Amino acid sequence: MRGADYVVKRVVFALLTVFVAITINFALFRLAPGSAVTNLARVPHATPETRLAIKRQFGLDKSKFAQYWIYLGQLVRGNLGVSFANSQPVSKNLRTALINTIPMVLLGTVFAIVLGTLTGVIAAWRRGTKVEGASVTTALAFYSMPTHWLGLMLVILFAGTLPTGGMSDEFLLNPSFFTHLKDLAEHVALPSLTLGLVLYGEYTLIVRSAMLETLGEDYILTARAKGLRPRAILRRHALRNAMLPIATLVALSLGYIVAGAILVETVFSWPGVGRAVYDAVLQRDYPMLQGGFLLLTISVVFFNLVADLLYFKLDPRITA
Amino acid sequence: MSVALQEPGLIVDEEPIRSRRGIVWETVRRRPSAAGGAAVLLLLALAAVLAPVLAPYDLHEQVGPVFGHPSWSHPLGLDDGGIDMVTLLMWGVRISLVVGFAATFVSMVIGGTIGVAAGYFGGKVDTILMRITDYFLVIPDVPLMIIVAAIWGPSLFHIVIVIGILLWTSTARVIRAQVKSVRERVYVKRARSLGASHTRVVFRHVLPQVAPLLIANTVLTIAVAIFDETALSFLGLGDPSRISLGKVIENAFQRAAISTGAWWAIVPPGALVAVIILACSLLGGALEDALNPRLRVSHLAARTFRLRPLVGRGSEVV
Repeated sequence: MRGADYVVKRVVFALLTVFVAITINFALFRLAPGSAVTNLARVPHATPETRLAIKRQFGLDKSKFAQYWIYLGQLVRGNLGVSFANSQPVSKNLRTALINTIPMVLLGTVFAIVLGTLTGVIAAWRRGTKVEGASVTTALAFYSMPTHWLGLMLVILFAGTLPTGGMSDEFLLNPSFFTHLKDLAEHVALPSLTLGLVLYGEYTLIVRSAMLETLGEDYILTARAKGLRPRAILRRHALRNAMLPIATLVALSLGYIVAGAILVETVFSWPGVGRAVYDAVLQRDYPMLQGGFLLLTISVVFFNLVADLLYFKLDPRITA
Repeated sequence: MSVALQEPGLIVDEEPIRSRRGIVWETVRRRPSAAGGAAVLLLLALAAVLAPVLAPYDLHEQVGPVFGHPSWSHPLGLDDGGIDMVTLLMWGVRISLVVGFAATFVSMVIGGTIGVAAGYFGGKVDTILMRITDYFLVIPDVPLMIIVAAIWGPSLFHIVIVIGILLWTSTARVIRAQVKSVRERVYVKRARSLGASHTRVVFRHVLPQVAPLLIANTVLTIAVAIFDETALSFLGLGDPSRISLGKVIENAFQRAAISTGAWWAIVPPGALVAVIILACSLLGGALEDALNPRLRVSHLAARTFRLRPLVGRGSEVV
């Protein structure tokens, strides 16, 4: 089978990366100075039994090396410790947060990909004209804005028309399904738009340069020499080939989506993973912070793997 | 240049620049966007350096009411502590630029060393170094920065180090690719066979060739470093005793500048960050463009087709 090697290689790389992240995660927290950081059992207001249980689960009285193995074992079982802030298991807190984050980030990303590809292709196609200048300048402007600041600007602009914080209106008692849905849509609008606009800027620039690179290839010249219509060349010859670098670069931008989600959720009090990380920082809730970092890293590694496999599917030239 | 041999649709933006050494200066002179970016950066750097002299008021002095409106004596109003915004912004740019430059310097040293070592020595060294780079490239840097900054505690030095040790990946990759191609050139091989040491070859022959690209990359990295500093400050991980632009935004946000209607406390600092990042992107992008000649050729573009008659076209199109 073509490139089973390739798939295996990418999967192994992804697993190794997760492993490296876990190790960094362990080292950062357990080898840091200060027992508040290193001691997972220092859950405030916890009963002595809970503390003892955590101590036993994570082998906190054993050597660092033994602790590392135990930590790995607990991770496999999905045990990330207990949050200092609300004394709930970290994994449970993160699961709730993740369910809230996904729709918000997804909406923003889809918006950015659609708009960014469109303006990027137009910019490359209209090379050297005012249209290109305008679309590149707009994209650069949005790309340059600090994510949280753009969010605050949207708050100033839309305060009064759209809700600017939280995920739903707490004063809606027993709403019908549609009222609830409308309420959610209104709340998700601004955070998603913020994330979408910042990413749109980046994607436009990426798509434009990928398209320009492709338009310089000899097969475009050949296609023109054959007398094909420019639109057909653009769609079938240029865009399809430009999709390859675009897919990779979009995957690489996932790290920024994660960073963006933390900032956006902080501005709009969206109860997702980013907000959980922010709260954990404020409250010095180390187990939550550790778990949040792990979750974010694993998701980025996962989507990178997806992009790699997609690339493999799109490009028949890749064999190993 | 023979016009007869020129392909009709070919668009060439400019003559190829001959010397790679003068390319930085050449690019800044030829491209308005690069010149604009460089000018803005110089101006802001000047304002930052001269902040103690130029700033109209004292940084810690309350000169009016909390969130005082813009007026003739305070063109951008006052912040939550009654401090003049213009003064605050000048000092803020100073700290932001210091963090940006220092963190970029750290990342250049790390990325440059790894890139040159990997590209120059090749083989096993290359494989191992690039594998490490791959891991760092995938691990999302902002969450990692947050964790490290949270554990180490907020201080300017920590922020610089944290940003610096996480931003070097793209530098390492770009420099490695360039060094690889330089290494194969005849004069490098000749220098080696004449008995020049590795250190001499790297510093005398390889680095000067890589320098323009390193400069382009540095400028782009400064933008990312300043963005990261702003983000960390916003999340409450900035140095509480040093006021950077990110800190100004955080203060305004935390003290409810928006609900008070004090837009002047929150719009200008973010806009300044955006201007700095934009200027860096324009300058760095133009430099990278100039070093990557492939982007200058295009076989298909809207204006190729708008000019129907292929005969008798003006020379400005070619």
